[in-house]
Amino acid sequence: MTKITTLFLSAALLTISNAAIAAPVNYAIDTPGMHASINFKVNHLGYSWLTGRFNNFSGDYQYDPKDLANSKINVKIDTKSVSTNHAERDKHLRSSDFLNVSKYPESSFVSTSITGTDDNMQVNGNFTLNGVTKMITIQASKVGEGKDPWGGYRSGFMGTTEIKLADYNITKDLGPASANVLLELHIEGTKK
Amino acid sequence: MQLKNQQYSYGWISIAFHWFIAVSVLSMFVLGLWMVELDYYSTWYHDAPNIHKSVGVLLILAMLLRFFWNAFNPKPKSLEGSALLRAIASTVHLLFYLLVLLIGLTGYFISTAESQPISVFNWFDVPAWFAPFEHQADIAGEIHELLAFTLIGFVVLHALAALKHHFRDKDNTLKRMLKPSLNDLEN
Repeated sequence: MTKITTLFLSAALLTISNAAIAAPVNYAIDTPGMHASINFKVNHLGYSWLTGRFNNFSGDYQYDPKDLANSKINVKIDTKSVSTNHAERDKHLRSSDFLNVSKYPESSFVSTSITGTDDNMQVNGNFTLNGVTKMITIQASKVGEGKDPWGGYRSGFMGTTEIKLADYNITKDLGPASANVLLELHIEGTKK
Repeated sequence: MQLKNQQYSYGWISIAFHWFIAVSVLSMFVLGLWMVELDYYSTWYHDAPNIHKSVGVLLILAMLLRFFWNAFNPKPKSLEGSALLRAIASTVHLLFYLLVLLIGLTGYFISTAESQPISVFNWFDVPAWFAPFEHQADIAGEIHELLAFTLIGFVVLHALAALKHHFRDKDNTLKRMLKPSLNDLEN
């Protein structure tokens, strides 16, 4: 074998092994076991934070530890499941003053590109809420990854972003301190 | 003072129930329509629903008491009117009880959907005893509003009928709901 052939062969092998290692892994967000949450907080009158969450959602993601650009995520949220632990407020949040859930029962996030590093990740994508779709960036980081004690494989992330309610056609006036909503996202996925 | 009903005459207790409940029902309807449109920064934003809920609970209690009071009292006989009109009148009376109770119940289901009690003027709490169905607050809310409009429709009919008795038939139907007749047979 000539040196050249060896070089070619090793290069080819390297490419294959690299591809094998770098293959993105598909995960389903562990909503059946609920190791995930979509939380939000809104300032109340400028005096405190009101927190809430969406109880029902589902999604999956692809994560490539070697190449973040090869990663993507897709989440669907059942807007009816909004909860702030207060029946009358939640009813109001579901009404056309806010989430208009009878008309827009689903909110979604579909990533378009992911950049940065595991510790400082920018997840860009289209966020749809109240029938309006806007590009947002979720500032995210990986929390951890590895085998679980039950024979599966998991990875987990957290992220935050801020949206302006008026951008999503939610115009009910809650006061100047409450124009924006902060989203706090925690997801854990089980390898498919 | 004539407290109990007689053959043709309402007693003071029945008259008091009638007007207390009539004023409450009408005020609750207006208050309910108004409070859901309030701005977040209105000073009434919290007080109006609290009053609505508190009066609602008391109204249901009054309606139940009234029901039992009626059971222990003679029902004054109808004046004038055909058999059909009398049947309509008593159906409407029965519907008033049914609708007020159902409106109260659906209101209760809205506020207690997530286990919070209803505070009646900070005097006592009506706890969230049970949560019978999914999407409870929304469904109960729709029914609450629909039944409220239905009730007001029958109230209008009831009031028109009373005015018809008073001005066209020129009988005692309306007057005997204002005070007990001195002579029970006068009508």
